[in-house]
Formats: sequence, C-alpha cells, structure tokens
Amino acid sequence: MIAQQLVNALTLGSVYALFALGFTLVFGVLEVINLSHGAVFMAGAYAALLLVTKANLGIWVALPLAMLVSGALGLLIDQVVLKPLRARRAHHLMPMIATIGVATLITNAIQGIFGAETSRFPFGTIPEESFQIGAIRITELQIAIVIISSLLMLLLVAILKHTRLGKAVRAVAENPQTSYLLGINVEAVFCLVSFTAAALGGGAGVLIGLSFNSIFPFMGQALIPKGVAVIILGGLGDVRGAMVGGLFLGVAEVMSVAYLSSDYRDAVAFGLLFLILLVRPAGLFGRVMERKA
Amino acid sequence: MTETLQVFWATYNTLVFTVGVHAMLALSIFLTLSCGLLSLGNAAFMGIGAYTAALATLRLGLPFGEALALGGLLPGLVALVIGIPTLRLSGVYLAMATLGFGEVVRVIFLNLEITGGSMGLNGIPMKTQLWHILAILAVLVYGFVRIRRSKIGRSFEAIKEDETAAKAMGINTTAYKLLAFVMGAIIAGVAGGLNAHFTFFVSPREYGFDPAVDILTGAIFGGTGSFVGPMIGSAILAILPELLRFLQAFRLAVNGLILILVVIYLPNGIWDRKLFARLRKKGAA
Repeated sequence: MIAQQLVNALTLGSVYALFALGFTLVFGVLEVINLSHGAVFMAGAYAALLLVTKANLGIWVALPLAMLVSGALGLLIDQVVLKPLRARRAHHLMPMIATIGVATLITNAIQGIFGAETSRFPFGTIPEESFQIGAIRITELQIAIVIISSLLMLLLVAILKHTRLGKAVRAVAENPQTSYLLGINVEAVFCLVSFTAAALGGGAGVLIGLSFNSIFPFMGQALIPKGVAVIILGGLGDVRGAMVGGLFLGVAEVMSVAYLSSDYRDAVAFGLLFLILLVRPAGLFGRVMERKA
Repeated sequence: MTETLQVFWATYNTLVFTVGVHAMLALSIFLTLSCGLLSLGNAAFMGIGAYTAALATLRLGLPFGEALALGGLLPGLVALVIGIPTLRLSGVYLAMATLGFGEVVRVIFLNLEITGGSMGLNGIPMKTQLWHILAILAVLVYGFVRIRRSKIGRSFEAIKEDETAAKAMGINTTAYKLLAFVMGAIIAGVAGGLNAHFTFFVSPREYGFDPAVDILTGAIFGGTGSFVGPMIGSAILAILPELLRFLQAFRLAVNGLILILVVIYLPNGIWDRKLFARLRKKGAA
C-alpha cells in the first residue's frame, strides 16, 4: 500500500518539480515572481491537445512541439511585458502585477476560444498498459512521466553546472550589472531563461493533462499557489531546492490524502509553507540571504 | 426621471454595493502597502469577517451593527496573532507567507462544520444599506486624511522608504507594522461582513488566491501614491466587466490586457498627480 502510494507521489511530485523549476529559474535570474507561469503551463497542455487532435500527431511528438510553443509564449511575454519594465527599472512588484495581467489575458482568451469545459485527449493517445510488480501497479504513463521530467531536470542542472552557458546564467543570477561589465550578453540570457522556463512549464502542463486526462482553462491557476509553496520550500531561485520541494509536495499531498483526510490536503502543504517561512525564510536548503539595508 | 433612477437602482444596486466594498478592500491593502508591507492575506481577513458576521446574524441573531463589529474584531485579533511572527519577513517572503496563510484559512472554511463546508453559508438576510457603506467609507477616508500627516502616517512613510533608517530614527517599526497589518485586517473584515449581507451567501471560493490578487491588482491599477488611487482603481476593475459585456467570454481577457498596459505605460497607476500636473502644463503651454 505504502509502496503504491509512493509511486503515485513520485509521479505527481516530479511534475510539480518540473513546473516549479521554471518558476524558480525565472525568479533566480530575472528576479520576477512570474504569475503567468500557470497560464503558460495550461497553454502547453492545449497546444499538445491541438497537435494530437488537429494534426494527428502522436503524443510523444506533440510533447516537444508543445514545449516549443509554450517556450515561444514565454519569450513573447518577456519581450513584450517584462522587458519594458526592466528597461525602466520598475519597482520589483510591478513585473509580478504585470504577469497577473498576462495570466488573466491568456486564461480568459483560451476560455473564450475553447470554452470553460474540460477537454480530453482522444482515446488511444495515452498509453494504457501497466505493469504489476508485486503489489504495486505502475502504468506506462507514470514511468514515462517520471523519466521525461527527470531527464529534463537533469539536463537543465547539467547545463547550468557544467557549460559556459550555464556559467553565464548563474553569473547573471548573481549580479546582472557585473555580468554585463564582464561581457556577458545579459539580455540574451534573460531571453533564454524565459524560453526555457516556459518550455518546462508547458511540458509539465502536457504531463499533468495526460495523467489526469483533463485539460481546462483554469488548470494553471490552481497550480500557481502550489508552485509558490514548492519554491519557498526549496528556497527562492534555488534549482535543486525546487526539485526536492516538488517531490516533497507530491509526497505530502498523496500521503495526506491516503492516511489523513483528503479535506486538509492543501492545508498541509500551505501550513508547512507558512512554518518554513517563519523558521527558515531562505528555504530548506537555501543560503541565508543578506538583508539589504 | 425618478422612474429611470429606480430601474437603474434595481438593476445595478448589487454592483454599486460591490464597488463600495471593493473600495474598502482597496483601502485595507493600501494601508499595509503604505507601510511597505505587501500582504496577500486581505482576502482571507475579508473571509474571516464575512463568516463571523454572517454567523453572528444567523446563529446568534445579533443586530447588524454588532455582527459587523464582530466581523471586524475577529480578523483584527487573528492578524495580531499571526502578525507578530510573520511581520519579521519582508518583501516577497511576506507576500508568500500571507498567501500561505490565506490558503490555510480557505481550507479551514472548506472543512469546518460551522462554516458550512464547500456549500458555505446561505440565506443570510439582506441587511446592508447603501448608507452603511457610504458612512463607513466616509469615516475611513476621513481617517486616512487625518493619519497622513500625523505621527503614525509619517512613521508608516518612513518605514516604507527605508526600514533600517526608520528604526535608527527611533521609530518602533515592529509596532507600526503590526498596527498597519491589524487595521488593514479590521477594514477587510468589515468589508467582508457588509458583503455577506447583500450577496446572501458566503463560500470558501470567494476568499482564496484569486480574490487576494484582485484586491492587489485594483490598488496597483489605481496607483498607490495616495489612498484615492486604490479606491478608483478597484472601482473601475469592478465595473469594467459590466461595461464589456458585449465581448462576452473575452471580457475578462480585456481586464488582463488593461492591467498590462497600465503597468507598462502608467507606472504610478491611473491616479497619478505628477502625470496630471505634467498634462496640465502641456495644456497651458
């Protein structure tokens, strides 16, 4: 029983982690709490749905394409909305508010086009096979979800850690001005990060859409508070923290439903978030940040 | 003439009430913002106030005034208790902590028996009159005008500009921040109580993340330079969906678009005195 729950928790948690990764990446590098991340997540799911139903593509072809679409959307948001605010050095809350506007715009536009009702992938899109290992039942879909999200996350961490590009991204995260003086193309890094974060968010949207087989305009809005909880747990801007935080939230949710009561599922996550903030504001693994006077 | 007025009132009285309640919420978030605190807990405090006032009416049969007072008192007490540890946080962290608090409150409403679970409370009698809302708004506006140049108002401003410097000047920053937080919660709670007594019901859905964001959005849209801006901003955002009915499903998308445009092109909100002064100069020249 507990092993089965762990499998479910791992699946859910790895998608949360993928979602939170983009969220935290944008915060770490652009210093923006990007509340349009949920809308991009949802747009990714709809893109995959359209590619499957209208273009008759297989889901594993549609997934990377949907990630490209949501990445492009993220880039567009950065260029049209966030760039002017950066140029003017707006108060740090302004980009956050602007992304609320973006989320409202995208969510309602999608609702206007596709309607508020839940859409589903056509029968046969989602792999239905499952394996029985002892008492545990694992579906092919669950395996695919865990593998895909782990690969994406490992790839990102490897790039950040070992390549010149990753070094540049980390330098910009540390200090954009100094990076600029050192000859790093800071604007290009911002663009790249916006694209990557949105692509990861869109990918998470497709995977969540597949695992619940339901896609609706407000699916991303529901995930925003959870994403916030995860990146606070892991420490704002901390890539590895977001991954651990995502898994942790998945486990906490599945276990609280299984062993406590489904009623207080969200309260467990957010109660925890509240406590963490009071005890360790920099997150479970975060460095203690210097307070700017 | 009077007939047109009557028809107008019959159609739009809920909207007028809503605009008034939103103006109150805008004032409540302005109060915390004017002290440099970004709190996203106002929707939760509004919820606590709405449930408290509604239960006072339904279960205890208290008169409206007392129900409203309780609806302000309880959120104030809760703000006092959670404010003491929470207000040590600043900036984004405070925003996220209050967001977490809001979600916990919502889940509690959803699961307690006395709050009616996911169905909420229904059949709350209509007790809110227009003059109640106007009178409370008038008192609040008078209070805000008086506070601005008082010791409290100047302390808030000093903390907002630079907390460390304010502390060095001998301002008890913790006490003033707590004061702003608690007063903001009381105003939000009363607004919630008023709201419950003209919409006839309260449900957990109304006090979650989205309303918290809406309150903030209205305030920023109007401009947080003075208390007038948030009131105007939230009023416009409350009326806009009605004006844009012809766009049907897309009308809320327009809300988002307007918000983006304002943040990019009118950084100080739409109620921006400096902008007005510049425009006037241009007009004169």
